[in-house]
Amino acid sequence: MAKSMFEKIWDDHVVVERDDGQTLLYVDRHLCHDGSFQGYYTLNSQGRTLRRPDLTWGSPDHYRPTDAQSLNDISDPALREKVALFDKNAAESGIHYYGLDSEKMGVVHVIGPELGITLPGIMLVCGDSHTATHGALGAFAFGIGASEVAHVMATQTLWQKKPKSMRITVNGEVGFGVTGKDVILAIIAKISAAGAAGHVVEFAGSGITALSMEERMTVCNMTIEAGGRAGMIAPDEKTYAYCKGREFAPAGEKWDRAIEYWKTLPSDPGAVFDKEVTLNGADIAPMVTWGNSPENGLPVTGAVPDPANEPDPEKREAIQGALEYMGISAGMQISDIAVDQVYIGSCTNGRIEDLRAAAAVAKGRKAVVAARVVPGSEPVRRQAVEEGLDKIFLEAGFEWRLPGCASCLCLNDEIFAPGTRTASTSNRNFMGRQGERVRTHLVSPAMAAAAAITGHFSDVRDLAEDK
Amino acid sequence: MEKFTTLTAVAAPLDKANIDTDQLVPAPFLRRPRSESFEGVLFYRVRRNADGEMRDDFILNKAPFDKAGIFVANRNFGCGSSREAAAWALVAAGVRAVIAPSFGDIHYNNEMNNGMVPVILPVEACDELRVQLHADPGAEITVDLETQTVTGPDGRTYAFTIPAFNRYRLLNGLDEIDVTLESDAEIAAYEARRVKTADWLFP
Ligand code: SF4
Repeated sequence: MAKSMFEKIWDDHVVVERDDGQTLLYVDRHLCHDGSFQGYYTLNSQGRTLRRPDLTWGSPDHYRPTDAQSLNDISDPALREKVALFDKNAAESGIHYYGLDSEKMGVVHVIGPELGITLPGIMLVCGDSHTATHGALGAFAFGIGASEVAHVMATQTLWQKKPKSMRITVNGEVGFGVTGKDVILAIIAKISAAGAAGHVVEFAGSGITALSMEERMTVCNMTIEAGGRAGMIAPDEKTYAYCKGREFAPAGEKWDRAIEYWKTLPSDPGAVFDKEVTLNGADIAPMVTWGNSPENGLPVTGAVPDPANEPDPEKREAIQGALEYMGISAGMQISDIAVDQVYIGSCTNGRIEDLRAAAAVAKGRKAVVAARVVPGSEPVRRQAVEEGLDKIFLEAGFEWRLPGCASCLCLNDEIFAPGTRTASTSNRNFMGRQGERVRTHLVSPAMAAAAAITGHFSDVRDLAEDK
Repeated sequence: MEKFTTLTAVAAPLDKANIDTDQLVPAPFLRRPRSESFEGVLFYRVRRNADGEMRDDFILNKAPFDKAGIFVANRNFGCGSSREAAAWALVAAGVRAVIAPSFGDIHYNNEMNNGMVPVILPVEACDELRVQLHADPGAEITVDLETQTVTGPDGRTYAFTIPAFNRYRLLNGLDEIDVTLESDAEIAAYEARRVKTADWLFP
């Protein structure tokens, strides 16, 4: 029978299948971060030990202030304690660990692929919802809660009920100035924030395969914002080229055997999906979200919706509430919305290509509002410095920080002033996500840089053309 | 884990769709270890005005809904972040069951791993229940896990299902890790097999 890629990977990881369909799956790779102290707490308090430290990797990203080079630099004792606790837990449990002083540290969803921890065909989990990112390499990867983290630590397995499957096909390549971020925002706008609930999503079509590995990661990263359990993209030559030579990727004969296996992964022709959605790549424009749900995406050329035009009373009220929170009015042009600050970074858009795209817009120009660039990992930061991107940003008046989650969710002090407005390359525009009453608009890195330069949302296609 | 068999409690209607876990528990509380209390954390910011005062237009700030043990919510409840603190805060607020047309996947599991029952009912059923709860504040709902039914204030019952394995664990209050370790031999056998069938995974 024709199988989808997801079914192949699922079948390969079954340890026990109960009569009721509940399945115990084996976890090939477990990623941890400084928020995993809750999982460690459960494990330790039950007197259990980590079953496979050799299959567990970690780096402090969530709490780490992005101006602190080392533990001692962290001035807030509560934050220092969180990072120190992870140092201690990691050392005691013997996992692969990249602390603040490591040249491999970074946001786990950036370093996973970077170090070759993430590979096609594997099952990978992490106590973080954006674990879907890793599906960009053809892995089955998803986020779990703290109890499940403890379960994986103790057993290297996870109970799952087989999710439904969905294929989202983007036909035709996207146009100039349009990126993976715009593709996923357009997809969520089309299918809604619950459109993929209960489903594993395979992204396919020439509009997807044409994307770079970094862009594919951005697309899969935000599958969770469409409600999806996981997102994945079939491995191809681009994927193999990306994986080759990375620290934990196979080499020599093992590499050959891996490729042989990876080639069997793509969905068979005739594989059936529970749901199919199709978009045209050419129809996708640079996107900006206007409300408090990632589904509130619009082309930058669009106008803020008018609740009066919404027939469904519940949706009308939701639009009304979002407009109030966001401090914008119905019918307003997106390009007339002025921002107070710009944040470029996160596991969605903190990779080298993202920084290149932002730097290309910032080059030779000046930011008119506060702008902050946070590389996703130490290797990304070094690469950017090597390419001179840091100088471009600094000359344009952007702040250049150390790697971490930083202002994406504000667990540390990199919070925005109450009530201010941010153009952000992260993944969530939820109320209060980036600080109290902070208004977050999600955009691509190039669009974020454009907003920094002009002070409002601007079509990056115009900016690039008149340069 | 605390057992769950049946629960009859005052229910509160939450009309908004897409209530994300950032709303349930804002980021600053994530620093708090799970060994500490999460009482008073639920909807911390949503409950308050800009000046920190409790809003009087937020339903859970008003009696009798401030004592609700069940929520009837709208689509995509608990979407977003994987933070399990959202479930801890619900339990700490005395809420052991949430009824909604759909849930964020991770939060759905987090509820079940904390002795809660997430109930998925059709949109129309959730709408009906919320209308009744608005009309008759303080009305009770019963969630019966044994029979997998919900009984509304008007006596109407609705059937629901949750994964059989989770139901079994909830009914018996069993720790998931202990149950899994009963399959230790199978896990070890898988590991032994995997090293051979996918040697490329082990550089
Ligand atoms: S960058 Fe943001 S979304 Fe990504 S892992 Fe960090 S906090 Fe989560």
